[in-house]
Amino acid sequence: MPRYTLNINGRDRKVSVDEDTPLLWVLRDELGLTGTKFGCGRGLCGSCTVHLNGESTRSCMSTVDYAEGNDITTIEGLSPDVTHFIQEAWIAEEVPQCGYCQSGQVMAAAALLERNPNPSDQDIDMGMKMNLCRCGTYQRIKKAIHRAADEMK
Amino acid sequence: MSNSVSRRDFLKVTSSAGAGLMMGVYLPGKPRFKSAASDSFEPNVWIKISPDNKVTITLAKSEMGQGVKTALPMIVADELDADWQNVEVVQADAHPDKYGGMMTVGSRSVRGGAWMRLRETGATAREMLVSAAAKQWGVDPASCRTDNSSVYHDASNRSLTYGKLTTYASGLKVPKKPQLKDPSQFRYIGKSIPQIDTPDKVSGKTVFGLDVRLQGMLYATVIHPPVFGAAVKSIDDREAKNIAGVKKVFQVSLGVAVVAKSTWAAFKGARALQIKWDNGDFSMDSKDISKSFRDLARKKGVVARNDGNAEKAMKKVDSRLEAVYEVPYLAHATMEPMNCTAHVKQGRCELWVPTQNPQGSQRTAAQLTGFSNDQVTVHVTQLGCGFGRRSRTDFIQDAVETAMKVDAPVQVVWTREEDMQHDYYRPATYNLFEAGLDKAGEPVAWNHRVVAPPIGRRGGPNSLDRSSVDGASNLPYDISNIFVDYCRSDIPVPVGHWRSVGPSQNTFITESFIDEVAFAAGKDPFEYRRKLLKNQPRLRNVLELAAEKSGWGGKLPKGLARGIAIVEDKGSICAQVAEISIEKSQVKIHRVTCALDCGQVIHPGIVESQTVGSVVYGLSAALYGEIIINKGRVAQSNFDDYPLLGIHEMPEVDVHLVDSQEEPGGAGEPAVPPAAPAVTNAIFALTGQRIQSLPVSLNGMRTM
Ligand code: FES
Ligand code: FES
Repeated sequence: MPRYTLNINGRDRKVSVDEDTPLLWVLRDELGLTGTKFGCGRGLCGSCTVHLNGESTRSCMSTVDYAEGNDITTIEGLSPDVTHFIQEAWIAEEVPQCGYCQSGQVMAAAALLERNPNPSDQDIDMGMKMNLCRCGTYQRIKKAIHRAADEMK
Repeated sequence: MSNSVSRRDFLKVTSSAGAGLMMGVYLPGKPRFKSAASDSFEPNVWIKISPDNKVTITLAKSEMGQGVKTALPMIVADELDADWQNVEVVQADAHPDKYGGMMTVGSRSVRGGAWMRLRETGATAREMLVSAAAKQWGVDPASCRTDNSSVYHDASNRSLTYGKLTTYASGLKVPKKPQLKDPSQFRYIGKSIPQIDTPDKVSGKTVFGLDVRLQGMLYATVIHPPVFGAAVKSIDDREAKNIAGVKKVFQVSLGVAVVAKSTWAAFKGARALQIKWDNGDFSMDSKDISKSFRDLARKKGVVARNDGNAEKAMKKVDSRLEAVYEVPYLAHATMEPMNCTAHVKQGRCELWVPTQNPQGSQRTAAQLTGFSNDQVTVHVTQLGCGFGRRSRTDFIQDAVETAMKVDAPVQVVWTREEDMQHDYYRPATYNLFEAGLDKAGEPVAWNHRVVAPPIGRRGGPNSLDRSSVDGASNLPYDISNIFVDYCRSDIPVPVGHWRSVGPSQNTFITESFIDEVAFAAGKDPFEYRRKLLKNQPRLRNVLELAAEKSGWGGKLPKGLARGIAIVEDKGSICAQVAEISIEKSQVKIHRVTCALDCGQVIHPGIVESQTVGSVVYGLSAALYGEIIINKGRVAQSNFDDYPLLGIHEMPEVDVHLVDSQEEPGGAGEPAVPPAAPAVTNAIFALTGQRIQSLPVSLNGMRTM
């Protein structure tokens, strides 16, 4: 099996898996980074969102082969102690219900703020619309993103 | 249950807690047992107070986003006057009887007797700790007070922490009827204190079922027959077995399992399988099912309600209105697909599973392995949504049967496609209506026939399925002659409990039809309902609150319209007003105003969030939700053909809670049912088009 070196949360990790293996399953099954979730496996829900060089990426649709050579950040590496602006805003607004989609929501929101530190409601809609939440936490997600943007000012 | 067995079980639990000898009392109403000496005090299975003053509260209900992990301990801690900072919550493993019923469904964790039991539990412990302190000080217990996990005797300026009193308290008699607080004394109940599990959910640390990782574990997936009722004819696994990482392929009762070294290898293996199915004789399409319902509706059903004499009254009415309403099958589509991790070895079976039904999981595993209940350990993980889907045990059966055939712990993961196509669906139903109005436009007779496959599993061919008529037979309106009957369909598509159950479909149906009746009478739909609720002060109050907060009757910008609906469900009442517009046949929902009376509110923040979430759940169903049956199989497979509401379609939802000290009602379900009819009634108000079948997208309108 081919061997890969992936830079994940600032550390090089070596894995040997088939080249078509999605990054999602490398993270979850090979490296024990289970914060990144499996929701649909087809790029439709956003539960598996990670950052590739700071950009929101669906880890279920990116193969290990494609991911190699990029800086990969997962929810575990977003901040060392749950203090990223987004995480703090998420806690302050009590966004999560079941929590299953929330790693993906947090990662997508962090990337959105990186691109656009002061997003309008519409920017949030556009930036977050591919991240589904079956529990329906959207209203609080929107509030929390605005709160984080304010805190960052 | 014999005493010796339960005593042994109890002692096993306490010693494994590593706290030496402890006293234990079962829940009020259960036999109690105690040991001679103790340095930890466990007044019943729900609470443990250790010498370091830590209060550990055991949660026997499943957390799936509805907030029980914070709300239930809050109730206990409040009556106990515990220091919230020093409260720890642990999730209970399944036990046949120690915790009473563990099934987490029907919004029953707080409502019903549950709220009182939790309060009594806290109050009992508090009273024993106070007695212990009073005895040690030689003072009257009534002269002591409690605060932040300590007992105080102000007159002598003395205090002791609960931790210091545990040994002494454990030797005391358990009070029969502990004194409960007056609501004005609540310190946590009614406050939105931070939920204890939020930080882990935003840092990826929460362990869901799929996140269980064990030494040497394998991964598996199960392919189930696409057509309901089909069976495996033959399996060609040559290609699958050539895939790197695939270890085994075998048949299990419900399908074919592929075991591998990783989830991905298992999925790939499953895709490479060539399975021939014996499809049996179910090959209907959704439209055949609908026709079969129509045929059943020709005959009288089982009577669900019969007030007055609707048949006779109908003959004398001034005008009559008839309608047919239909709803489709719906999937739960929990965000976390079905999964269960199992390890069967040396006479033991251990499960790690996101389940709403820990005891059913234990029984299922015991039956399949031939073990007794106490050879089966069930660890309940966090659930990535439940909605009723996780009260079933089919995925547990898959995992246990798979684990019995491998020599390692194994995590069985369903693909999203399997999850979508092998649900226990919210049933499709067909409804016949007839209403009769008098000269003044008042409804005097109401006939409703419900045709549906039964959700409940009990009852013979001619019996009433209560779940199917819930929300129809208990129509709250003051109408003298009401007749509701139920015709049972035996279509073999599996159906089950879907968030809010009967009212999820019946409220759309009844609240649409009463709206039709109001318009036929030329009346305002809010005023019309209000008058018919004259004998229901709580409902009327909630209806009025929703109307007031939404600005009902006030002017709206051109192109917008409002619709209203109300339900009484799971001990709570919810009314909603939806504000919508349609542009180029595109439906847009601008605002939903919710009024909710769920009695005493435990945690307003959780209730608000559950209410908004329920509206989203109801809107996804109203706008797009449809499981289509095609030649006996489900046509949908993933979120592209079974869409959920996204953030960009999210209306502004405002929630208004009725200030109440009534017994708490449910909070996680009652806001689901009114969402659809509030929207479709608004569509009628705007366009004159009455939506009589869901989803809305079937009615010549775009919803995405
Ligand atoms: S799991 Fe990747 S988008 Fe759904
Ligand atoms: S919080 Fe449950 S799916 Fe988003």
